[in-house]
Amino acid sequence: MSERLLSLRELTVGYPMPRTRLAGPRPWFTAVDAVDLEIDAGRAVGLVGESGCGKSTLARAILALVEVQSGSIDWRGQPVRRGDEAALRRMRREIQVVFQDPVGSLDPRMSIGESVAEALEALEGRQDGATARGRVASVLTEVGLDPTLAGRYPHQLSGGQCQRAAIARALVGRPKLLICDEAVSALDVSVQAQIVNLLADLRRRHGLALLFISHNLAVVRHLCDEVAVLYRGRIVERASSASIFAAPRHPYTRALLAAVPEPDPAIRARSAAPELRAAVATESVAGVGCAYRPRCPLADADCRAEAPRLEDGGSGHLTACHRARAGTPAGLTR
Amino acid sequence: MRSTRGSAEVGPDALFEVRDLSVRFATPRGDVTAVRGVSLEIGRGECLAVVGESGSGKSQLFLACLGLLAAGGAAEGSATFDGRQLLGPDDAKRRSLLGTRVAMVFQDPMNALTPHLAIGRQLAEVALDRGLMDAEAARARSLDVLQAVRLPDAGSRLRQYPHELSGGQRQRVAIAMALMTRPELLIADEPTTALDVTVQAQVIEVLAEARDRGLAVALVTHDMGVVAGIADRVAVMYAGRIVEVAPARDLFAAPAHPYTAALLASVPRLDASPAERLAGIEGQPPSPGVEPEGCAFAPRCPAVLEACRRHRPLLERFDDRSVACHAHRRSQGHGS
Amino acid sequence: MAGSIRASATTEGTLWGDARRRLRGNRAAVAAAAFIGLLVLAALLGPLVSPYALDQVDWTLSPLASPPSLANGHWFGTDSNGRDLFVRVWAGTQISLLVALLATAVSVVIGVAWGATAGYLGGRVDGWMMRVVDVLYALPYMFFVIILTVVFGRSLWLIFLAIGAVGWLTMARVVRGQALALRQREFVLAAVALGLPARRIIARHIVPNVLGTVIVYATLTVPQVILFESFLSFLGLGVQEPLTSLGRLVAEGALEMETAPWQLMVPAGVLALLLLALNFLGDGLRDALDPRLG
Repeated sequence: MSERLLSLRELTVGYPMPRTRLAGPRPWFTAVDAVDLEIDAGRAVGLVGESGCGKSTLARAILALVEVQSGSIDWRGQPVRRGDEAALRRMRREIQVVFQDPVGSLDPRMSIGESVAEALEALEGRQDGATARGRVASVLTEVGLDPTLAGRYPHQLSGGQCQRAAIARALVGRPKLLICDEAVSALDVSVQAQIVNLLADLRRRHGLALLFISHNLAVVRHLCDEVAVLYRGRIVERASSASIFAAPRHPYTRALLAAVPEPDPAIRARSAAPELRAAVATESVAGVGCAYRPRCPLADADCRAEAPRLEDGGSGHLTACHRARAGTPAGLTR
Repeated sequence: MRSTRGSAEVGPDALFEVRDLSVRFATPRGDVTAVRGVSLEIGRGECLAVVGESGSGKSQLFLACLGLLAAGGAAEGSATFDGRQLLGPDDAKRRSLLGTRVAMVFQDPMNALTPHLAIGRQLAEVALDRGLMDAEAARARSLDVLQAVRLPDAGSRLRQYPHELSGGQRQRVAIAMALMTRPELLIADEPTTALDVTVQAQVIEVLAEARDRGLAVALVTHDMGVVAGIADRVAVMYAGRIVEVAPARDLFAAPAHPYTAALLASVPRLDASPAERLAGIEGQPPSPGVEPEGCAFAPRCPAVLEACRRHRPLLERFDDRSVACHAHRRSQGHGS
Repeated sequence: MAGSIRASATTEGTLWGDARRRLRGNRAAVAAAAFIGLLVLAALLGPLVSPYALDQVDWTLSPLASPPSLANGHWFGTDSNGRDLFVRVWAGTQISLLVALLATAVSVVIGVAWGATAGYLGGRVDGWMMRVVDVLYALPYMFFVIILTVVFGRSLWLIFLAIGAVGWLTMARVVRGQALALRQREFVLAAVALGLPARRIIARHIVPNVLGTVIVYATLTVPQVILFESFLSFLGLGVQEPLTSLGRLVAEGALEMETAPWQLMVPAGVLALLLLALNFLGDGLRDALDPRLG
């Protein structure tokens, strides 16, 4: 029975928006809306959604980089709060992050060796020169980089190499959970494949847990055991990877699957079944009811009246949809 | 307008033709060659996808044809549109072609859209600046193109500003801007790379519909999935050269060049088993400053032969496609 | 795309190395730097080379104020008291440069620390810190300097302080803007995710990445400082006898403009050329350090 590493309960995170009126309450944008999520040791959880759905905000909340409005974050049984420095320090040794922009996530004025060494020092305290160099060299090798590249600067390396360096920096402290925030989205497809394989290898070797955030379902499928689908800050479907790809239940999940660009014109059905075509999103949805309603081909009066809750439709497959039903979307019938 | 979609070769009346084009940049550390002797054609009403990864030169190829190279860049060779030469010092003639008969769409729609002007105004200006129509007609045309790119509520969009739209909507407006002058060729440089998958599909649909109505499209991208959604023919570039050109269906069904095959194999597919490793390509592309000896892909190629390291393979016709690969030649019975 | 091509064409070279190379290619900046170098050399050696002392009156001249001539050894002429202008101009240049460098150094140190901290911390702290800057900006600066001079007497150190005390304001604003932008960059987020304390992040990630801008602004601040010091001297508030500065010389020369034009033109000429060179150098540095290129 693996340890429950991360537990999010009713997590809500928002941002204040610029004022439109001098008086009255400040407008507020809720990026993450009452999210529940668990990650166990060694498991890879995929978090899927489009831009603006709150997945990056969720990652930052977990890392205690932003304020949380309500709900709780528990790390290995202990609550995580922004003010509690000691607890945060402990947590930071065990959760690390890799960002989307490989070059931008490294300080342009520091060599990659220095960046990794800085991480080592921050997480484990001052090391003597030789030990530090040794650790840096070994983690660089582990991510597939020649240790002699340690003196190079980010602008001298390719995107793939920079991302490997970023992964090395995240791994040097031997974390238990690695959060990948669109970590492969900015890479060429062959490099993406290399990095995905690297992450899978590292998982196997170190029993690393992953929170893999992406809008690309095909990649998520390759890496993750479980998938949670996020729409406008709410989890609309959550299930094991096998279950969600074999039989997605929420219309949004099916739309996402249908939109995955398949590299095969014979398969590509430009005329996918109308119910799966994502309609154009309109502006923010006010009021009660399902947030996906404006885009949903299945929406009815119930959907307008009441927001659906996440319910178990059988064997741990959770869906938040009044009209949910199991079925095979057109995109997967081959 | 004779369409040559999907056919092996475009024929003598290709709309857009590039012959032996090379692009070089003078940098403080010496010359860097981004494009090496590329030749290709695009027929009327067809979509040619030019596929390659970072550093393959695919963007520089078209930027050179449109005179948009960064400082220090120089192009040699020939690029013609409807018989008219695009390269060379005659700026005025080139400018008259660009934006009327040839249009370009970039990865970041904000390259085309001005943040402080309403969309309707920007669209209309495209036509008005070139003296193509009067204000009334320009407004009508603006509505038309917004509808053509499937932007709902076209009327009220005209009054909106770019920052009020999402990324996908902005990209569609950028395409609409390109369509204002009824161009014959649209060059789209990574139009979907910055967008979410659901929106990518919509943007590609819009481009495909424009192609169906007779527009020739040059789609520059590294995303094979996107290519599959629209391309009639595909040209694959590696290290500044074309390594394969083939009709789309044939390329996907049976890639001839090992790089093409490896590229296709790297794409994670929903119908593959999730437990399989993704087939990446070992190593890295050569640095653009270095002229490799022999085939540029040889160090990474699973089908490499001795000849590959010594003689650079030339692009050769084999039925319906062109391939630059010794291994392929041998497999076709042409000897080494 | 071209940027990535250029970047991958480099096999080695730090950002500073690239900057140095770009600077070397900028002819105007190189010429300006060389000129400034010559000027500094002249300022240091001039008084040593000349047989005359700073406040030595040459009684052999009649009238005391004499135009530049090679014959009588006063290459720049003499002022109305018969003192050799060659020595005085170079000694004055020394003082002007000294004041400029020290005052700029003070501005940089305080301005960078203030601005980087305010920009990085953001929120209310930033608000208050920048409000302080705004208030100081609004104060009648001359008024301040005059009061300080009256209270503390007219010493060289006071001038450094007075000028530095205002110079840091603009630097702080500029640095704060950069720091605000840097704060959003992913490598800063990564540093925060590592649990690095704010002062470490500011020192190791924010400040090194604003140095480019700081250097450029500092180079462009130096002329402003020299001018300001000249202005103070013109008003009689600057350096005092026996020391002199370019500003004082210009002030004194202006009084004799009609009868002894060289007394104004020589120091004014040196001052103008110095400022011009500094501006060229500053522009060149800005182009060289622009992070957008590679």
